[in-house]
Amino acid sequence: MSAKLAIEAREGSIRVKGKQKSQLQCDADSIAGAVSQRACVYSGARVVLNPITDAIHLVHGPIGCASYTWDIRGSLSSGSELFRNSFSTDLQEEDVIFGGEKKLARCIDELALKYKPSLMFVYSTCVVGVIGDDITAVCKQAEQKHQIKVVPVQSSGFAGNKSAGYRAACDALLQLIKSEGEPTAQSRKINYLGDFNLAGEAWIIRNYLREMGVELNATFTGDSSYASLRRAPAACLNIMQCAGSMTYLAQEMERVYNIPYMRVSFLGIEDTSRSLREIAAALNDKEISEKTERLIERETAEIRSLIEGYRVPLQGKKAAVFVGGGFKAVSLIKQFREVGMEVVMIGTQTGKQDDYDSMYSLACDGTVILDDANPSELERFILQQGADLLVGGVKERPLAYKLGISFIDHNHERKHPLSGFAGAVNFAQEVYSTLCSPVWNYV
Amino acid sequence: MLDCTPQEIKERSGGKINPAKTCQPVGAMYAALGIHNCLPHSHGSQGCCSYHRMHLTRHFRDPIMASTSSFTEGACVFGGGANLKTAIKNVFAIYNPDIMAVHTTCLTETIGDDIPSILSSAEIPPGKLVIHANTPSYVGSHITGFANMTKGMVNYLAESSGEPKREQVNIIPGFLNPGDMREIKRLVRKMGIKLIMFPDTSGVVDSPMTGEYKMYPNGGATVEDIRDSGNSRLTLALGTFASADPANQLERKCKVPALTLKTPIGVKATDELLLALRNKFAREIPAELEEERGQLVDIMTDTHFHFHGKKVGIFGDPDVVIGLTEFVLSLGMQPVHVLTGTPGGAFEREVSAMLQEAGVKGRVKAEGDLFELHQYLKNEPVDLLLGTTYGKYIAKAEDIPLVRIGFPVLDRSVHSYLPVVGYKGAMRIIEMISNALLDRADRDASDEDFELVM
Repeated sequence: MSAKLAIEAREGSIRVKGKQKSQLQCDADSIAGAVSQRACVYSGARVVLNPITDAIHLVHGPIGCASYTWDIRGSLSSGSELFRNSFSTDLQEEDVIFGGEKKLARCIDELALKYKPSLMFVYSTCVVGVIGDDITAVCKQAEQKHQIKVVPVQSSGFAGNKSAGYRAACDALLQLIKSEGEPTAQSRKINYLGDFNLAGEAWIIRNYLREMGVELNATFTGDSSYASLRRAPAACLNIMQCAGSMTYLAQEMERVYNIPYMRVSFLGIEDTSRSLREIAAALNDKEISEKTERLIERETAEIRSLIEGYRVPLQGKKAAVFVGGGFKAVSLIKQFREVGMEVVMIGTQTGKQDDYDSMYSLACDGTVILDDANPSELERFILQQGADLLVGGVKERPLAYKLGISFIDHNHERKHPLSGFAGAVNFAQEVYSTLCSPVWNYV
Repeated sequence: MLDCTPQEIKERSGGKINPAKTCQPVGAMYAALGIHNCLPHSHGSQGCCSYHRMHLTRHFRDPIMASTSSFTEGACVFGGGANLKTAIKNVFAIYNPDIMAVHTTCLTETIGDDIPSILSSAEIPPGKLVIHANTPSYVGSHITGFANMTKGMVNYLAESSGEPKREQVNIIPGFLNPGDMREIKRLVRKMGIKLIMFPDTSGVVDSPMTGEYKMYPNGGATVEDIRDSGNSRLTLALGTFASADPANQLERKCKVPALTLKTPIGVKATDELLLALRNKFAREIPAELEEERGQLVDIMTDTHFHFHGKKVGIFGDPDVVIGLTEFVLSLGMQPVHVLTGTPGGAFEREVSAMLQEAGVKGRVKAEGDLFELHQYLKNEPVDLLLGTTYGKYIAKAEDIPLVRIGFPVLDRSVHSYLPVVGYKGAMRIIEMISNALLDRADRDASDEDFELVM
């Protein structure tokens, strides 16, 4: 393949708003030799399940997979901190040759005695998938032996990309919910899917809902526990923020428990207000609707002047966005407009076709939209589009800095909650403090 | 979070709780970044490459570039040869490095991909190079991976043009920060000796801000230099675990005598490095370095009363931990718990011998984890913890000051720019540990004991 062909292979994954009519190619495997910003099945499964606070997350494989995922998500807990430890079977050469099931069983026994958890997840990794350890059987035996829930997570890294890991995590969650037998009678409570309580974001939403007169039943998976997740079938509605990871779970819960679901986003004033109103409408309760309107009115009034204050210095600046999933990207276009900025480049690691359609319709003409970008593409379009700021995750941060532009983390390393009305102010403040820092004068 | 750690130490199952090591490939990736114009390549699933880049990015706060074979289910069934060949084509076509350094992963080792035979039938553009190292994640640690990739550089690149050898020294620095590599190079140059350092990540992962992004920054050992290492008179391997293997391989391949020294942390190990250079190359130690040494010893005498008898727990990578242990002993401290996650009886023997010589009774453990270290500390508390960021949970739980030295440091910055090696590095270590101890003393002092001069 020549340089030209190799680059052409990526052409389908890049669109410019207003110039091409054809659909963007997404949700495909990355090409071999790519410097991809994507991860693996295990990674997807782990990020979804990791926030379950009172669980032991035991990684069955060589040490690396457990090392790199030790306490990497800033998911806050109001209870147990057990999930922040790193547990690995640390497979050695002889285990790979003779099989790792016995060692896995020993490790589960030891951890069950030591920590007395009520729930344990056992993640399979690449090697385990290849040598064929039957982790389901080992988990079943351990469950009987210790009278606790031990859930196998089928997350061998090579069996797809991060999205496949989301699916594996949803399967594990379903096992956990279903193990309760017949669902209890439905209540007026709702479940919140796809918030991982980074920097306490799920708590902000819980408080809004409480004020509206809506009680949160279970959150998937931010600040959740085994007990809270088991209560999930008792909800009358599922609201879902991170659709990339949670759609399958929502669909299954609708099928099995007749719980309808709706998509929400709590990023930015516009999406937060809209989502809260839609929840109130779905519950079809006049009192809830009235309380919701009062909440929105009060909160927006409180933050309006603050946001306006940031709008002045930020007006007309340009943002580039490269994040994990689709919902966040879509919301960010609107959220940047709230502070007077336009998004000039936007992409995701694992966005779906409908996410890209939404981005396309929202973006202004000339915006570059791209899937599974590599660092050279990010560099090229950041420069070409004249972006002043990049939104991304760990690996994108130093790239932005090297290009001499500002950066905010909208991923695991966010330090302030970015959800809800309070989050909208934090967002504006973060954008302001990086864009208007004096350090850029020295570049 | 650590409230479940029991004090009573029992036999364990072999699993790890809060590990003190990670896997080979990340070490191989780091070593490969120490070659100029090189793109490290991870032959395995996408996640590995992503995790390693993330981990290194967090430690160095610089862009870390590496490509992946992007394995799928099919590649596992039919072997990864096709993926690797496609990857080689794409990497040279799109990213255009001079050299690609392929390392394996647990996945590709287990399915048995034979990298040399895949490379022999791959289309490598003329003038471009592909080297490889086998780095199974289920053997050793990231330090083993660093050694294996460095050995791969010797295997593929080093050449001897016969006798006589040139008046130059090879330095294999081990898994250190670029700031340390710069300091070692400075010391050798001050001795007036030409050197070839490989791998050399200075200028790659500590590159300056220019407002321009370079996929391949200016630093790194050049292929020509690594090639020429076969003509040097001597190889100094700094640190047994990360450097001895490649140095011995170079001796076998090109008959360059190899000498393994400790990582030059502290006055004694730095002396040994300079004396080895002086003896082998018949050079005098310049006045400037003598002055530095004198300053260091002056600082040690000025401050020794802060340190004497203080108990320390040290953990991290074996070569660095060995160096730190020797140095804190020379300050009169008592390293009562010394632990590495990397397997190796040699580590336990070497550290135990140091402790015995100093008359310190301590626990020494290779292939340990931080759960175990925490148990040690519960049984015998210490005044200070020296190690990586991962020690912060224990430091908080037990209320012990932690000085961050080693890999990774994820929650502080600047560490990768400044050395812990050499006389200057030793001064910096003294500053860090005395600040930590004295800040603690100030914090804990009652009003009447709170002192201005310490």
